[in-house]
Amino acid sequence: MSIKIINEDLELPGLDHDAAGTPIAAPGVASGLSEPRAGLIEDQPRGAGAGAAIGVAAPTRLSSLDTLESEAIHIIREVVAEFEKPALLFSGGKDSVVMLHLAAKAFWPGKVPFPVLHVDTGHNFPEVIEFRDRTVERLGLKLVVGSVQEFIDSGELAERADGTRNPLQTVPLLDAIQRNKFDAVFGGGRRDEDKARAKERILSLRDEFGQWDPRNQRPELWNLYNGRHTVGQHVRAFPISNWTELDVWRYIERENIELPGLYYAHDREVFARDGMWRAVGDASRPRDHEDVITKTVRYRTVGDMSCTGAVESAASTVRDVVIEVAASTITERGATRADDRISEAAMEDRKKDGYF
Amino acid sequence: MSTTTALPEASAASLKLSSASLFRFATAGSVDDGKSTLVGRLLHDSKAILADQLDAVARTSADRGFGGSAGGIDLALLTDGLRAEREQGITIDVAYRYFATDRRSFILADCPGHVQYTKNTVTGASTADAVVVLIDARKGVLEQTRRHLSVLQLLRVPHVIVAVNKIDLVNFSEPVFREIEADVQQVARELKLGADGAADLLVIPVSALDGDNVVDRSARLPWYQGPALLEVLETLPAADEIESHLESFRFPVQLVIRPQGALAPDAVAGGLDAEAYRDYRAYAGQITEGAVRLGDQVSVLTPGQAPRSTTVTGIDFAGRELTEAVAPQSVALRLADEFDVARGDSIAAAGTFPEASADLYAQLCWLSPKPLREGSKVLVKHGTRTVQALVRNVTGKLDLASFQLEPASTLGLNDIGHAQLRLAAPLPLENYLHHRRTGAFLVIDPQDGNTLAAGLVRDHPGDHEDERYSI
Repeated sequence: MSIKIINEDLELPGLDHDAAGTPIAAPGVASGLSEPRAGLIEDQPRGAGAGAAIGVAAPTRLSSLDTLESEAIHIIREVVAEFEKPALLFSGGKDSVVMLHLAAKAFWPGKVPFPVLHVDTGHNFPEVIEFRDRTVERLGLKLVVGSVQEFIDSGELAERADGTRNPLQTVPLLDAIQRNKFDAVFGGGRRDEDKARAKERILSLRDEFGQWDPRNQRPELWNLYNGRHTVGQHVRAFPISNWTELDVWRYIERENIELPGLYYAHDREVFARDGMWRAVGDASRPRDHEDVITKTVRYRTVGDMSCTGAVESAASTVRDVVIEVAASTITERGATRADDRISEAAMEDRKKDGYF
Repeated sequence: MSTTTALPEASAASLKLSSASLFRFATAGSVDDGKSTLVGRLLHDSKAILADQLDAVARTSADRGFGGSAGGIDLALLTDGLRAEREQGITIDVAYRYFATDRRSFILADCPGHVQYTKNTVTGASTADAVVVLIDARKGVLEQTRRHLSVLQLLRVPHVIVAVNKIDLVNFSEPVFREIEADVQQVARELKLGADGAADLLVIPVSALDGDNVVDRSARLPWYQGPALLEVLETLPAADEIESHLESFRFPVQLVIRPQGALAPDAVAGGLDAEAYRDYRAYAGQITEGAVRLGDQVSVLTPGQAPRSTTVTGIDFAGRELTEAVAPQSVALRLADEFDVARGDSIAAAGTFPEASADLYAQLCWLSPKPLREGSKVLVKHGTRTVQALVRNVTGKLDLASFQLEPASTLGLNDIGHAQLRLAAPLPLENYLHHRRTGAFLVIDPQDGNTLAAGLVRDHPGDHEDERYSI
């Protein structure tokens, strides 16, 4: 009842299994590739890269971004090869946009062989939902939406006193995973985001209740990923675990990846709450004593409007953002997420319950 | 311009970083030797700790009445991520941390010392370019130091750095340091650590609490002429930088990419010739060792079949055609001949691969509380192939302190032993001594899917006498 499916009639390529049982990335369209670019020597001007590889005799030297990109693509391909029904969590946030871009590169010139899944809190920024739908349409992907609002309307979930809906995403997420029989779910989580995430495996097993057991994780050795699971269990896969916020931004710059506009400096009506600038919107109304002013701001993370704050910034281009992030003295979650300020173990507690 | 004033100055690091390489290292140590403090110090002094993280740590330190000399901040708290770890003041699991300097981006696997040290050290060391082993200058080389060095020797970690910590507590004494250094080198000789040039060993005096020789060389240690720890980490070559131009090409096939004429609208809009890609077929994977060039002669290895020779006609990376690719790049290879190639097959430099074998002789680092029993059935995951296997016999268990093989018929949690397995299908196995990737495998429990052991392929010992089980 709470699953909305866009492009439902779209035939997903999935994976053929040929006679030898080998998964084959099926034919298809799409890919989020704006412009396949030189990956090896990043400091070259855009456009010079593709030709530069030809005839270069010097030994190939990989930058840290090249290495991280190849690691992520390897993981994405392993999961697609070993699981029956993967899906990719896609919120329109920068990490999930990068994930989709990597998936497109992994299967080029074939199509991304899995659907995308979004848990809509009902408090999302309208421009992010618009970006999500445009991206899905452009790439011809199937989109599955789990709706927090529908769970609240049906009485299965109750609105929290503090108004934030981020912790409420767990139930619709697990419901969507179960209904669609997804056995692997890609996420854009990174270990530098949070102390609990720093301890999570790249392939992270979830039990029948979607729970993460941090004290009983499988050791992860070499580049051999063990995705075996039993009926009812599923695996969360985090191919960009080893990326930092700065890596993500440098990659967005290098690959010329489009993001929702609110990641860049813009004028917005805001009010101050909990030491953050909160946007004025349907789900985020100032109280009587909170003055609304117009500020030049941008978002470092894009989550639920009721708990995501903006930072004052003049960074209007991706280069400006790379410079700003490199010089930042505050982590992205510390700066902009009210839900992670609840306690030192807020993320760990949510993850144990089945959160992203 | 008015807008630029609002933007922070770009640090030199942020702009140079784009061409910096990646370096993975792990830390290992015994209880209370200050490992978490060293990690905290590296992160703190390389400015990888941001203000809000430091504030949180400072608050917790104050709550607990921490009175160290690092400004009253318990740097160990920076790496303890789980609630139980903070509450109990211990580190349970491997934690990954990230920091960067002008020269390099670092991935640090912080491996706890006192609980399940073998499991954690094996995990951290399996992907490490270097491992930093801590020794307390007041205690010198302990049995656990020998164990750590044994594990690093087994796993062929390319660079081993021994940090003699708490040098301030022995009054920065050179004789104390030299004695420990000599002991470390003695252990290394006994273990044959780096004996064949596969690893190097460096010993550095440090004080993690005060920062001596961690990021910068210390004026309090004038008798030490060598580099500080971070200088070493910045300049050592990463494993792939050493190996990719020395080793033979190895490429386990992950999957086959075959779009059969239906192409991405973006790619087509970008000028991709649909007709030219109608019969596109390429083999996707990550290069595990060595390098491949356009036109190279390669062998396709399908276990159970004779190797097939062909030529590399394309090295594709998401629309880019490369002339060369090296480990650890993920690419898609096109071949001259239309063979049936599937996941689980390998592509290798022509004529360099040994024959696939169904007999597996290995060192097993046992990582599960469920013990290994002779006669049990397990799964072996090697490269992109998983096969069933029978444990024929356990031929011994390593005493890590003496490095001697003792008789054993079972292996328990944190044991390292020798075993013989019979595989249900042959695998292209290579000795781990010479191939850190194609010589590695996982042992998996077929019942619950858990990882039971890290496996290192050994050469066939040519001795069947004590075999107790056979198929």
